[in-house]
Amino acid sequence: MTVYIIRRILQLIPVLLGVTVLVFLLMHLTPGNPAQLMAGENAPPEMVAQIENRLGLNDPLPVQYFDYVVGVVQGDLGTSMRYNTPVIDEVAPRFWVTIELALYATVLSIFLGLIAGIISAVRQYSVADVSIMIVALFGLSMPNFWLGLMLMQWFSINLGWFPPTGWGSPEQILLPVITLGTAGAAIIARMTRSSMLEVISQDYIRTARAKGVKERIIIYKHALKNALIPVVTVVGLQFGALLAGAVLTEEVFAINGMGRLLVDSIMNRDFPVVQACILIISVVFVVVNLLVDISYKFLNKRIDLND
Amino acid sequence: MSQKKELLKINNLKQYFPIKGGVLGRTVNNVKAVDDVSFTIYEGETVSVVGESGCGKSTTGRAILRLDDPTDGTIEFDGTDLLSLNKKEMRKMRKDLQIIFQDPYASLNPRMTVRQTLNEAMEIQSAVPRDERNDRIAELMETVGLQPHQADRFPHEFSGGQRQRIGIARALSVNPKLIVCDEAVSALDVSIQAQVLNLLKKFQNEWNLTYLFIAHDLGVVRHISDRIIVMYLGKIVEIGDTKSIFENPQHPYTKALLSAIPVPDPEKKTERIFLQGDVPSPIDPPTGCRFHTRCPFATDKCAEEVPELRNEDYMTDGHAAACHYIKAIESGEHQPTRETSKVRDV
Amino acid sequence: MSDEKILEVKDLRTSFFIEGNEIKAVDGVTFDVPKGKTLGIVGESGSGKSISALSILQLIDSPGEIVGGEINFKGQNLLDYSEAQMRKVRGNQISMIFQEPMTSLNPVYTIGQQIREALKIHRGLDKKDGTEKSIELLELVGIPSPRKRVTQYPFELSGGMRQRVMIAMALACNPELLIADEPTTALDVTIQAQILELIKELQDEMGMSVVMITHDLGVVAETCDYVAVMYCGKVVEYADVKTLFKNPRHPYTVGLLNSLPRSDVDQEELIPIEGTVPAPHEMPDGCRFAPRCPFATDLCHSELPNLDDVGEGEQVRCWIYTDEWDGDPEVKVYEPEKRTSED
Ligand SMILES: Nc1ncnc2c1ncn2[C@@H]1O[C@H](COP(=O)(O)OP(=O)(O)OP(=O)(O)O)[C@@H](O)[C@H]1O
Ligand SMILES: Nc1ncnc2c1ncn2[C@@H]1O[C@H](COP(=O)(O)OP(=O)(O)O)[C@@H](O)[C@H]1O
Ligand code: SF4
Ligand code: SF4
Ligand SMILES: [Mg+2]
Ligand SMILES: [Mg+2]
Repeated sequence: MTVYIIRRILQLIPVLLGVTVLVFLLMHLTPGNPAQLMAGENAPPEMVAQIENRLGLNDPLPVQYFDYVVGVVQGDLGTSMRYNTPVIDEVAPRFWVTIELALYATVLSIFLGLIAGIISAVRQYSVADVSIMIVALFGLSMPNFWLGLMLMQWFSINLGWFPPTGWGSPEQILLPVITLGTAGAAIIARMTRSSMLEVISQDYIRTARAKGVKERIIIYKHALKNALIPVVTVVGLQFGALLAGAVLTEEVFAINGMGRLLVDSIMNRDFPVVQACILIISVVFVVVNLLVDISYKFLNKRIDLND
Repeated sequence: MSQKKELLKINNLKQYFPIKGGVLGRTVNNVKAVDDVSFTIYEGETVSVVGESGCGKSTTGRAILRLDDPTDGTIEFDGTDLLSLNKKEMRKMRKDLQIIFQDPYASLNPRMTVRQTLNEAMEIQSAVPRDERNDRIAELMETVGLQPHQADRFPHEFSGGQRQRIGIARALSVNPKLIVCDEAVSALDVSIQAQVLNLLKKFQNEWNLTYLFIAHDLGVVRHISDRIIVMYLGKIVEIGDTKSIFENPQHPYTKALLSAIPVPDPEKKTERIFLQGDVPSPIDPPTGCRFHTRCPFATDKCAEEVPELRNEDYMTDGHAAACHYIKAIESGEHQPTRETSKVRDV
Repeated sequence: MSDEKILEVKDLRTSFFIEGNEIKAVDGVTFDVPKGKTLGIVGESGSGKSISALSILQLIDSPGEIVGGEINFKGQNLLDYSEAQMRKVRGNQISMIFQEPMTSLNPVYTIGQQIREALKIHRGLDKKDGTEKSIELLELVGIPSPRKRVTQYPFELSGGMRQRVMIAMALACNPELLIADEPTTALDVTIQAQILELIKELQDEMGMSVVMITHDLGVVAETCDYVAVMYCGKVVEYADVKTLFKNPRHPYTVGLLNSLPRSDVDQEELIPIEGTVPAPHEMPDGCRFAPRCPFATDLCHSELPNLDDVGEGEQVRCWIYTDEWDGDPEVKVYEPEKRTSED
C-alpha cells in the first residue's frame, strides 16, 4: 500500500508540470500583449517596455516558464495587474470560502445521494424508487444557476427565511450548498442505485442469504461496502464538476469565493490572477483524484496493489 | 509411419508474460506460461493438449496463431517459419490456420448475421470467389447441421451448440489445413457436445484436416485424439499416442490426472491417487522437476535436476515422459517417498 | 425403501414472471432424499437444477416465485414457514454451496469474518470463540495454516481453497442436509477429486444427507446413492444409482449415457441426442422430450406422461412404461453393447 501511495504521488509530478505548462501558455498565447494591457491602451511605449522588462517578458519562453515554476513552488503566484498586490493575498481568503462551499456541498450530495440510492435499489420499482429517480432526473437536468435563482426567489425573497446573499452564517450557507450539491446528490443517487442493484445480484449475496443472514444486514454489511467502490470514483469526479459549479453559485449568491474572483479577473484581464485560480483548481482536482484512487484501493482489496 | 508429413513443428517455444511492479513499474518478474516446449503435429491427425488450468495450453495455441508474440523458439508450419513472417504474410497464413474458441458467443460479432460473418472470413482470405460465396455459405451451413436459411440470423438467435457450429463453419469457410480447437466443446452439454465432436471427426475424415485440440475433459480427449500431450506448469511432462497415455501412463502426474477422473459406472472400482495442494504459481515455478512439490515419488534429485522427456525401451514409439524415475517406478524399484498423497479404492 | 426421508419434494413448481409471461423453470419436481444418503440431480444446463435447489431454501428472487408444491423437511413443509423461520433453517439445518467458488465469497471481508457470521447468527458465538471455531473448521476441510487464512481475503485463495472455505462455512453449524450445486464444475479434476472426497468424508463423519447437483455423470456414479434426472424443469427418472446406470429407462437418460465420451473405455462412436432443448416459450404440449426422442409416438406429442412408479422406488416419466403405450411393444430403449468396445 505504501509503495502504491508513493508511486501515485510520484506520478503526480508530471501531471502537475503539465498543468503549469498549460496555465503558463494560456497567458502567453492569448492575443494581445500583457504589458500593454497592464499599462492601459493609451500608455506610452516606454512604459510598456518597462513593464515588459519587469515581468521578464523579453526572455525566451523556456526561461520565463522556468522562472514561473520556481515562483509557484515558492508560493509566488505573481502580482495582480488590477490591484498591484501579490496574487496569493487575493486568492488565499477566497480559496477557503470556495473549498468550504464545495466540501459542504459534497457532504450533502454524498449523504442524500447514498440514502436515496440505497432506498431506490432495495425497493426497486416501488413508488419510493420511482419518485426518487424522477427527482434525481430533475436535479440533474436543472441548471445550477437557475436552481439557485429559484431557491433565492422562494426562500429568501418570497418567504424571507434565508438571507439572499453572502457567506458565513449557517442561514447564509444553506441555500448555496443546496444549489451546488443537488446535481451531485442526483448523480450519486443514480450511481448508488445501479451499483447496489448489481451487487445485490452477485453470488456472494446469495451465499449470505443461504447462511441465514437478515435482509437488513445483507444490505448494509454485505452489499453496501461493495457497492461503494464505483460510487467513490463518481464522488471524485463530482468534486471537479462541483468546482465548476461553484463559479456560478458564487455569482448567484454574491459569495466572495474563488469562482467569483476568477470571473471578475477574466472580465478585467487580470491574467496573473486567472492563472493562479486555474492552477489552484487544477491542483485541487488532481489531489482529490489521488485521494479517491487511494480510498478506492482501500475499499477494494482485490485490486493488486502493484498495478 | 515414416512418410507422414510434418505439418507443424514447434521447437523450444517459450512464452513469458512480464509482471510490472515496484515504484517505477519495471518488469520485476515473468509469468512463465510456456517454458521450452517442443512437439510436432503430422498432417491429418488430432493432437490434444491436456493439463490443469493455467498450465499453458491456450498460450501454446495462441502462440501458433501468433495471437501473442512468443518470447523464444520456432514454429514451423508447412515448411514456413511463422515467427519470421510480418503481419501481412501472417494474415495470409491464417487461411491455413484457424482457431475455434470456447465461448462461441464472445467470438462472434453480435451485430453481424451469420452470412456476414462467413462472408467476411472468406473476403479477408480471398479464399472463395465472390460469386460462389452464397453457394459456399449454404453448403457450410448444411455441413455443420444448420439450415441454409438460418444464415441470415444473428448469433443471439442461436443456442450455444448452434453458435459453436457457426464458429466451426467460420473456421472451415477458408479451407484451412490446421484448426486449433481451444476448449471448443467445453461449454456444451454432453448431448450437444457429442453432436459437435462427431462433426469435427467427420470433417477430418473428409478433408484430411489436422486438429490441435485443447481440452480439460479427458473423456472427450480420449475419444477424439490420436496423440496426447500432457502439460504441467508450462512444460510437457508426457507425450504419446492415446492408447499408451491412457493405458500405460508413465509420468506420476499423468497417472494422478487420469485416476482423478470420475468414471460413469458405479460398479467399477478404481484406484485413486489424491494429489495434495494446488498447482504452484508459474511465476516462480519449483526448481528441478516442476511437479516435485506434489509428486508422491519425489526425491532430492527431483528438486535439483530438470528431467528430460525420455523414451524407455518398454514404451511404444513416440511415447515419452519427463521423469527421472519412470523405469524404476514401473518396475516397482522406486516406491512413493511421501505420505502427501493417498491411494484409495473408490 | 423404508428408510427415513430427511427431505421429500413433491410437485415443486417455480416460475419466473417476465413481461406478463410465465417461464416455468421448475415444473413439477418430485424427489426424496433418504437420511444420511446422497441424492444426485443431473440434467443439462437450464433444466432447472439450481432453481430447484434454491427453491428448497426459498432463495428465489423476484421475478421468480415458488408457485406450488411441497418441500417437506423432516416432516414439516418449509413452504408454510415464515421468512424468520426460514432464516433459522438456512445455514443451520440446511446449508448450501455453490458452483462458482470465485464469486461466492464476499470480496471485501476476510475468510474468518465470513465463516464467523453463521456461527454468530445460529450459535451466538462471539468474535473470539467464532474465530477459534472458524480455524477448527478450516482445519477440518484441509486448509493448511488455517490461523493465517482466517485473516486473508478471498482473492488471496485459489479456486479449490475457496470451495473448501465455502464448505467450511456450510458445515459451521452441523447441518443435517447439505445442498451442493455443482461444487466442482469450475475446478480442475485433481482438485475436484479432493473436494468430492472431502464432502464424502465429512458426510460419513457427521451423518449428513447431501443433495449433489451436477451435470457430470461420472460425479454422480461416484458420489451418489440415488439419482433424479431432470429435463425441461421436470424429473424424468428417479432411481438408485446402480439401477440408473445399469438399466436406464427414460430415453433421455439413455441419450445422456450414449453421448458421453468416456475416459475409461474406447468407444467407436458417440450417439448424440439430436436437436436441442426447446426454448421456454416453445415448450411442447406433450412429453417435453418428444421432439428429440427417437421413440416418440403421436401420444407422446399430444400428452404429457406422469412420473410413475416402475420398480421398487424407481420412477420414470415416459409413455413406454405404461399400458397406454402405442408404439412398438418390444421397444428396446437401452442397448449398451451398441456403444462401447470394452477390452
Ligand atoms: N432469474 C431468472 N430469470 C428468468 N429465467 C430464469 C432465471 N433463472 C433461471 N431461469 C431459467 O430457469 C431454468 C432453469 O435454470 P437453472 O439455473 O436451474 O438451470 P441449471 O440446470 O442449474 O443450469 P446450469 O447447469 O446452467 O446451471 C432455465 O430455463 C433458466 O433460463
Ligand atoms: N496475457 C497474459 N498476461 C499474464 N499472464 C498470462 C497471460 N495469458 C496467460 N497468462 C498466464 O499464463 C498461464 C497459462 O495460461 P493459459 O495458457 O491460458 O492456461 P490454460 O491451460 O488454462 O489454457 C497462466 O498462469 C495464466 O495466468
Ligand atoms: S522427476 Fe521426480 S518429482 Fe518429477 S515426476 Fe519424476 S519422481 Fe516425480
Ligand atoms: S414419452 Fe414418448 S417422447 Fe417422451 S420419452 Fe417416452 S417415448 Fe420419448
Ligand atoms: Mg484455456
Ligand atoms: Mg446451475
